[in-house]
Amino acid sequence: MVMAASIDYEALRLPATPRPDAETQRHPVVIAGAGPIGLAAAIDLAQNGVDVVLVDDDDRLSTGSRAICFAKRTLEIFDRLGCGEAMVRQGVGWSKGRVFHRDGQIYEFDLLPEQGHRRPAFINLQQYYVEGFLYERAKALPRLDMRWRHRVAGVKIEGEGVTLDIETPEGGYALKARYLVAADGSRSFVRKALGLESHGQTFRDRFLIADVRMEADFPAERWFWFDAPFHPGQSTLLHRQADNVWRIDFQLGWDADPQVERQPERVLPRVRALLGKEAKFELVWASVYTFSCLRMESFRCGPVFFAGDSAHGVSPFGARGANSGVQDAENLAWKLRFVLRGQAPEALLDTYGVEREFAADENIKNSTRSTDFITPKSEISRQFRDATLELARDCGFARQLVNSGRLSKPSVYASSPLNTPDEDAFAGALIPGAPCADAPISRDGRDDWLLSVSGDDFALLAFSPSPSQIEALRAFSSGEIALKIVLIAPKTAGFVCVADDGLAAARFDARPGTTYLLRPDQHVAARWRRFDAAKVDAALRRAVGEAIRC
Amino acid sequence: MLKLDPNIPEPDDFYEALIKAHRGLSAEQSGRVNAKLILLLANQIGDLDILREALAKAREGVEPAGQDATLEIVA
Repeated sequence: MVMAASIDYEALRLPATPRPDAETQRHPVVIAGAGPIGLAAAIDLAQNGVDVVLVDDDDRLSTGSRAICFAKRTLEIFDRLGCGEAMVRQGVGWSKGRVFHRDGQIYEFDLLPEQGHRRPAFINLQQYYVEGFLYERAKALPRLDMRWRHRVAGVKIEGEGVTLDIETPEGGYALKARYLVAADGSRSFVRKALGLESHGQTFRDRFLIADVRMEADFPAERWFWFDAPFHPGQSTLLHRQADNVWRIDFQLGWDADPQVERQPERVLPRVRALLGKEAKFELVWASVYTFSCLRMESFRCGPVFFAGDSAHGVSPFGARGANSGVQDAENLAWKLRFVLRGQAPEALLDTYGVEREFAADENIKNSTRSTDFITPKSEISRQFRDATLELARDCGFARQLVNSGRLSKPSVYASSPLNTPDEDAFAGALIPGAPCADAPISRDGRDDWLLSVSGDDFALLAFSPSPSQIEALRAFSSGEIALKIVLIAPKTAGFVCVADDGLAAARFDARPGTTYLLRPDQHVAARWRRFDAAKVDAALRRAVGEAIRC
Repeated sequence: MLKLDPNIPEPDDFYEALIKAHRGLSAEQSGRVNAKLILLLANQIGDLDILREALAKAREGVEPAGQDATLEIVA
């Protein structure tokens, strides 16, 4: 498990990987791009027995101010990948936000008001730490071959695979793969090399990012101002990150000159206007950006899969970029693993596109709506925005309309072909396709969390099964598909058993006999009021894509 | 379903009140009042299907002559 944070990951130089003498073998998976998405996909595959080559054109991890907000679901994925604890220790956990209009607060929210969750709604952590902790974990995996300063210079789809031309400082070589994951960012070389495009819209606005280091007593909350008194007519967003670094986003408008606005003499007065004349701070980063919402029409092109920014882009309000990318990686990794092992038909890989294109649409919809509110596209749009803000001071309904960013939530794959529809009545949010809820449990007298018990394979959660159901579970064989059976029940010989103080049962709407089938990415595949071997078997086969007609 | 038949018992009183609400306002101020009014009434109606019908009815026959500030991009 990755624990330490004594390394300056922003400055770290990775040694260029020597050019291999001769590449004769075809690798099961090559991943292009060692950002958070490529690293997460590589770790997920390698820790589950798949040989992976990860190539990156650079010899550095992330620098500067990029992704900062990592959502609860992403942290749960990082937990499964063995580096969640390091992220949470280093990051600044938060779940509350405040929205101000001029000098008054109009709205506050709590994204995780209930107790009994391992991870907070969000942590703020600089992307170089996230990549650093993923890198430490990746280094420990013998099946993961990371190659730095190996640039993809050509991509050819040939038969049932891909051949890449790789450039290194020592010259080029050909790298063959059964599958290629293109996690090479918004300007994806792989996408262009294959003649593919991302389509969408860009917004006529510019934002200044200023990261400052300071001792300050603002709480660890997300603060957003419309028409801020210190930055009139424009919005401002404040986030606290690790190491006493604060990120401030100043809206500048379309007419701002990006070259001029990033100069310290322009940035410092804006920061001082927010923090006060006496504030002591050090400017550690300044940049000006515009943003776009766009996506590729299809995230799969034969043996090539696009994940993260190469596949889709969103505006930053809502933290839906890196978070959705990590969820892409998780969705893809188990499917590649099952198909490569011959435990699932090739058609399972098409469901990566089905599920994650749906998720991208949801993220683009939410982030476009936020942008339309923050950056009104017409005079009437501005009038409605301002009217909403004025009414929000004393009208609850208008507070609901105020949109400073709808923050990242994992998608519910409600219409996924991998789901088995409910036959029995259930209440609550955990419908087939939903990400599984976590809950505190104890195992052999030690406190633990349900999601950490479920593991990397399919899992069957059986709540208080009857003695006859226990015998049926004992006799059940899932064939070649690994299935971990977990009883939420008193200790029973031959089973992993956990004790629940009631929260798990409540979140799963469980009664004695209730059984959930979870996918390896911890989304619900199916659920029943009692264990039935034939039904579980059918649901398991459906969840690996056997019911999909090619 | 959106009501298009008479539904206000005192139509002249309503119309007078509507115009009075804008008395003495500049076009910009009236725009603000109208925007708030639409939001308040929409919340009162509280039925998205009816609101969508009303939005479509209001836009009927209006040929777009403006443009918004979004740029299509291809990457």
